[in-house]
Amino acid sequence: MDAATVSLLFFVFVLAMFLGVELIRKVPSQLHTPLMSGSNAISGVTIVGALIASGHGGDKTAITVLATLAVTFAMINVVGGYLVTDRMLEMFKSKDGKGGKP
Amino acid sequence: MNAELIRGLCYIAASILFIFGLKMLGSPYTARKGNLVSAVGMLVAITVTLTAMPQANWLWVIAGAGVGSVIGALAARLVKMTSMPEMVGLFNGFGGLASLLVGWSEYHGRWAAAGSTELFTVIAIFLTVLIGGVTFSGSLVAYGKLSGTLAGRPVLYKGQNWVNAAIMLALLALGVFFITRQFDQLSPAGLRYAYATLPAVIVLALTLGVLSTIPIGGADMPVVICLLNSYSGLAACAAGFVIDNTVLIVSGSLVGASGLILTRIMCKAMNRSLANVLFSGFGSAAGGKSASYQGQANPISVEDAYLILEAARSVVFVPGYGMAAAQAQHAVRELGDLLVGNDAEVRYCIHPVAGRMPGHMNVLLAEANVPYELLVEPQDVNPTMETVDVTIVIGANDVVNPAAKEDAGSPLWGMPIIEVDRARTCIVLKRSLNPGFAGVDNPLFFRENARMLFGDAKASITGLVSQFKG
Repeated sequence: MDAATVSLLFFVFVLAMFLGVELIRKVPSQLHTPLMSGSNAISGVTIVGALIASGHGGDKTAITVLATLAVTFAMINVVGGYLVTDRMLEMFKSKDGKGGKP
Repeated sequence: MNAELIRGLCYIAASILFIFGLKMLGSPYTARKGNLVSAVGMLVAITVTLTAMPQANWLWVIAGAGVGSVIGALAARLVKMTSMPEMVGLFNGFGGLASLLVGWSEYHGRWAAAGSTELFTVIAIFLTVLIGGVTFSGSLVAYGKLSGTLAGRPVLYKGQNWVNAAIMLALLALGVFFITRQFDQLSPAGLRYAYATLPAVIVLALTLGVLSTIPIGGADMPVVICLLNSYSGLAACAAGFVIDNTVLIVSGSLVGASGLILTRIMCKAMNRSLANVLFSGFGSAAGGKSASYQGQANPISVEDAYLILEAARSVVFVPGYGMAAAQAQHAVRELGDLLVGNDAEVRYCIHPVAGRMPGHMNVLLAEANVPYELLVEPQDVNPTMETVDVTIVIGANDVVNPAAKEDAGSPLWGMPIIEVDRARTCIVLKRSLNPGFAGVDNPLFFRENARMLFGDAKASITGLVSQFKG
């Protein structure tokens, strides 16, 4: 990686951190659990890294083992995380008995 | 257009979906859709990645993804609502482990290609493995504590902070060694030597995760869960630096930032610093300097409590971990409905750190179909507390302890509380007069307007419900 790429990646990192702070700062406390669980599912994005790693596995046993395990665990995180969050949010009901409407 | 550009654009689209998803999670009206939007973003990111894997061992990729999906789906479906905190902790740990494995596997690939690794990438690999490892083992300990497999009390021993400091120093030294070794003109033997550092880093990172989580007690778990959540994002972010992938960096740092913000909110709700939560082993011993409260508590029967509630026009429920432990949320909602039927104004006041996870009580009450308009925060109720006829404290203790604002020697001093003692009557449902998690006596129990309803919270509430129906 050359210096330009590295500094670009850092640029993206810093901007995304600021964006994250701004996005989350005003979330009401009643939504903290789904928010945490939902962002936890997003952290499963490491599945992309796991797939790429298994992509250059070829016939190397060690990489195949490591990458397959990574894919498995990341997938548990992604699928489990989104489903659990959905299950939680399904229960949040307004007075008129509906979830989604004010 | 070439394929790489299209993939890049798709990754940007995925990032946008994540950002909108997170934003929509911030309001109860759009939260469920927001989760779906972010899931679609994930699908886009995964699909795009799959198109760029020429040498993949498809059988293994599909097997891994399939097994992971089935396990994740089953766990998410089967888990009980009361076990939600530990499930989220466990998923979080798996994310950290996945990042660790990504870092390791990337290193293995570069190592096998001998010496072509760049400084920046090696540093990123080290950080990925380190943060991923701490996230994984820390989350496992948190899972153990939340599910009751491990004792919830803080585990403390002499020189604990020194041991942790020593491990961190060792990690730093290993890290420097690991990184610099890659650039020596290595013989094949030396190269093996350099590789051997990685398992050592992994073992130390896992140990650090365990040792830094065990001194943290049950009621401080909301902070730890938030912090580990943040770590898992940062681990994914570091993995993004390893493989030069922006979608990983963007979404990883979004999660990292949101975890840090939540951590800060939790600490603020307890008026403690993060360092105090992490290193003090809070709750392991009763505060020595604070006053010990003695006095006459006023125990009442379910019948007496019914008479008080029957006459009440304004009632505030204050749930705590005890409500979760007794699984009393459905009974509480039933009682709340009966009180509303009896023309009382009913609200549920929830302290940010009540329970074992941020927003824990909200989820339980939502499960029991309490409309979220009735859930309020301490600052909504405290100013008008005098107009409240009855506050019902269900298995909450430290978050209603008046010592927090009256006794400067108390370990809870300065923590914002729900001032239930200022209501006309305060009914406390509790098993005994034992102090709460923090080991601090609660003067609330001896107040003149406090009534103690001893016994299992669920049994007491169910008793009240049958009185109302009676």
